[in-house]
Amino acid sequence: MEAIKTVDLTKYYGKARGITNLNLSVREGDFFGFIGPNGAGKSTTIRTLLGLIRPTSGEAYIFGKNVTVKPELIRRDIGYLPSEAAFYSGMRVSEILKLSADLRGKDCGAEAKRLCERLELDTTRKVSELSFGNRKKVAIVCALQSEPSLLILDEPTSGLDPLMQREFFEILRERNKNGATVFLSSHVLSEVQHNCARAAIVREGTVIACDSVDSLARANAKRVTLCGTAELSGLEGVRDIQKTDGGASFLFSGETEELLKRLSEGKILDLTISEPDLEEIFIHYYLKEDEK
Amino acid sequence: MTIVKHELRQGRVSLLIWTCAIVLLLGINVLLYPELKSQLDDVNDMFSSMGSFTAAFGMDRLSFGMFKDYYALECGSVLGLGGGIFASLLAAGMLSKEEKEHTAEFLLAHPVSRKRIISEKLAAVFAEITVMNLIVFAMAIGCTKAIGEEIPWKEAGLIHIAYYILQLELAGICFGISAFLRRGSVGVGLGLAITLYFLSLIANITESAKPLKYVTPYSYCEGADIVTNGSLDWVKVSLGLAICALCVLAAYLKYPRKDIQ
Repeated sequence: MEAIKTVDLTKYYGKARGITNLNLSVREGDFFGFIGPNGAGKSTTIRTLLGLIRPTSGEAYIFGKNVTVKPELIRRDIGYLPSEAAFYSGMRVSEILKLSADLRGKDCGAEAKRLCERLELDTTRKVSELSFGNRKKVAIVCALQSEPSLLILDEPTSGLDPLMQREFFEILRERNKNGATVFLSSHVLSEVQHNCARAAIVREGTVIACDSVDSLARANAKRVTLCGTAELSGLEGVRDIQKTDGGASFLFSGETEELLKRLSEGKILDLTISEPDLEEIFIHYYLKEDEK
Repeated sequence: MTIVKHELRQGRVSLLIWTCAIVLLLGINVLLYPELKSQLDDVNDMFSSMGSFTAAFGMDRLSFGMFKDYYALECGSVLGLGGGIFASLLAAGMLSKEEKEHTAEFLLAHPVSRKRIISEKLAAVFAEITVMNLIVFAMAIGCTKAIGEEIPWKEAGLIHIAYYILQLELAGICFGISAFLRRGSVGVGLGLAITLYFLSLIANITESAKPLKYVTPYSYCEGADIVTNGSLDWVKVSLGLAICALCVLAAYLKYPRKDIQ
């Protein structure tokens, strides 16, 4: 079964575009990355899935159930981590965690305790006294303590130090191993590349690529790094040229034969052709045709 | 009941402050009565010679020689303005504060329906207003006993019931408005309570403004009418409760479909 499925999901805020005809499919048990810069439509997609906003058109399903029909029942299965965690003023961490558990009608005390210990979160402090990173930890525990079968995480690591990020992803991997689906929205490509099995890239409110992270990284572009000189002007498929000491580095997605011809005509001392990392692939997908 | 308990907990300091303020003002008014009574002629002359204001506050139909008349006027003003503003502010912010304080995402990401949120928040508003009115009434009776006056149970009871209904009506109206707001609830709550209060004063001054009495809930809290008739104007009360119900219904229709930002 698909944990998340959207069909031509569209949301406009008045005349402003949120998402347009967004089609997405996340299988149950996936560790799925949702990549895009600010304003691409990631949060709009998530907020629609959670029933916080109503779609202008199209449909969205969580575990086969339409999100616009009794969304509160669908949210029983979802643990949501917002990008910016805000809590009620004057409350202590323990009270926030209890409130969250009570709203779910569950006793999550034991799991909350385990998570707080792993994330080194002091539950006696008032949330208003916490740093941004510690407030994030509170939001993480709120999202995870009920052990939901779907985790929707919006920019989850912002504010967390590297050690906490490592611990957090360790917890996510454990949950995923136990069957939970993880939907990770991020613009930090390295964390998607290191943790997710599949990913979708969203641009201007539409999914422009969706595949396994390995396949996305093997997309038709290669990183070419050369030492020496070669005439590349006019060669199709060259972009992101970076001049280096005595050479150059660029992404190439054109005809390999043409490239080799140009290189052989030049004076090449050293040459490396490698798979680009996800960040480069992202840039590849993200540059509009006229910018390429 | 989780949201009710949460709201009562969040609002307890505000409730305490407003209740103390109203009890203090009302208590001072009651405790001042023995001194005013000793200067009865001067006080009656003063209040009856204020031109339009005498009619505006209904002082032309009341005598300060009787404690129930004095109580209806002085304590009614405190309850009407203080209680009305408290109820309006509380209700106007009840739904909109979640977006204003960015806590909507936290609350609505949980498996609770928007209708349940509306119902529990509304219950919290009415519970806070009820608690405040019970405390104020008990303290007013205590102060009256303290000055040795006979307690005008019927008149005082009717006045307190009228202002309690007024507060519920204002709360209902503001709660309905709150479903449409994202911020600015203080201005709405304060503005509505004060505007309706002054409309009732205007309606008392000129004959041509009399229809305003059917617009403002303060008209069925008129101390002079209650003391004179010995009952509430149930037509106006029913009209007010109907307006309250319509506004609450608007909240139930709007909030479940609202995009939360």
